[in-house]
Amino acid sequence: MPEEVTKIQEMVYELLVREVMTKEVISVMPSTPMSDLREILRAKRISGTPVVEDGALVGMVSIEDFIKWLNDGGHACPVADRMTRDVRSIYDDEPLVQAVNRLERLGFGRLPVVARDTGRLVGVITKGDIIRGLLRHLEVDYRTAEMRGARSSHIFEDIQADRSTVKLEYRVRGGDFSRGGASAVKLKTTLLRLGVDPQTTRRAAVATYEAEMNLIVFTQGGRIAVELGADTMRIEVEDQGPGIPDIEKAMQPGFSTAPDWVRELGFGAGMGLPNIKKCSDRMRIDSAVGKGTRLEVEILMEHQGEPERDSAQARA
Amino acid sequence: MTLEEVRGTLDAEWLGRRPSRTDSIGAEVLSCHASDLMSDVLTSRGAGSLLLTGLTNEQVVRVAVVSDFAAVCFVRGKRPQPEAARLAEESQVPLLVTPLSMYESCGRLYTKGLPVGDKAKEAASCRKK
Repeated sequence: MPEEVTKIQEMVYELLVREVMTKEVISVMPSTPMSDLREILRAKRISGTPVVEDGALVGMVSIEDFIKWLNDGGHACPVADRMTRDVRSIYDDEPLVQAVNRLERLGFGRLPVVARDTGRLVGVITKGDIIRGLLRHLEVDYRTAEMRGARSSHIFEDIQADRSTVKLEYRVRGGDFSRGGASAVKLKTTLLRLGVDPQTTRRAAVATYEAEMNLIVFTQGGRIAVELGADTMRIEVEDQGPGIPDIEKAMQPGFSTAPDWVRELGFGAGMGLPNIKKCSDRMRIDSAVGKGTRLEVEILMEHQGEPERDSAQARA
Repeated sequence: MTLEEVRGTLDAEWLGRRPSRTDSIGAEVLSCHASDLMSDVLTSRGAGSLLLTGLTNEQVVRVAVVSDFAAVCFVRGKRPQPEAARLAEESQVPLLVTPLSMYESCGRLYTKGLPVGDKAKEAASCRKK
């Protein structure tokens, strides 16, 4: 929170009135009948409006003036007779902080904005405009920061060490089909945030997805550990059984021992291990029936500067 | 072919949030993968493609996320299960529903010139060995 407050304080000094003001100004003329004012204010949902003559600001008239006029009998008269002539305005090139101070000091709901060079009315600024403007700029800042984070934060370039790794671990429960792939999706999001390129991320996510489904369909559950080095990503998947009797067979595309319920859900086509292999640069699988399986996958990370034709499609 | 053109071709409707022009995924659809077998879909190069399927569970959406699909379209007017719809919203995967069958959907998209997946000029989702 303190960080946001500081940010807003900065913005109040950096932003100019013209950046947040309302530009489509509704104004009336001095000759406008007072009796028309109610409809104008009601239709535009405003509580006051500048009075303009030949482009120059000559006064302000508000709902308060209107009520006073009604109170005094509501006799037909032009706006010029009831408006506030001593108009406080603000120049469009002043910092927002001036508008905040002036509104606060004068107790006004709005200030007309005047161009310094021409003296003409160019807008109106209200507290609502200021809040909206600040929020909009906060959001823009946040988005920019987020994009920077997602696109080019290279965590490994920031780390000063001879060797560094990041370890991520996911636990997968066996039989929990509805959660199937949840770890892979989390991993994908995390890798992108860490600045890993989309192509490497996709390969890792697909391999992890397949391994995760295997844990869910065939085992009591297990652990997925991802170790992220400077140029290699290593994914280790471990479970406590039942183990694979014939790895060579399991590696054949289309070979599957998946139960029918899994097939009905769109899985179990016997493509899991072959697909993991396809996504990896090195794959090693050790399994003992009754004891468990250990799968090791290595993916060489793409380096920046390599063409990434589909990065536009990669979801951040 | 844009997502909006795909929608028109399939007489489909958007489910939930309709992708806007500013979405990175809202741009071009590069190809199409039509399957109810997610295992098969996972082995294909899905990046930027349309996933056409009759399956409606969460896994469809996860597969779409993991493989960077541009959108998922459910055939035969099937609606995704609530968890799947929620996950899609969260992951910003655009969802379509078409009243057409899988066969007719494929036929229309093919006739309109949407390239076949593996011939599409897209970067490999998985590096070839």
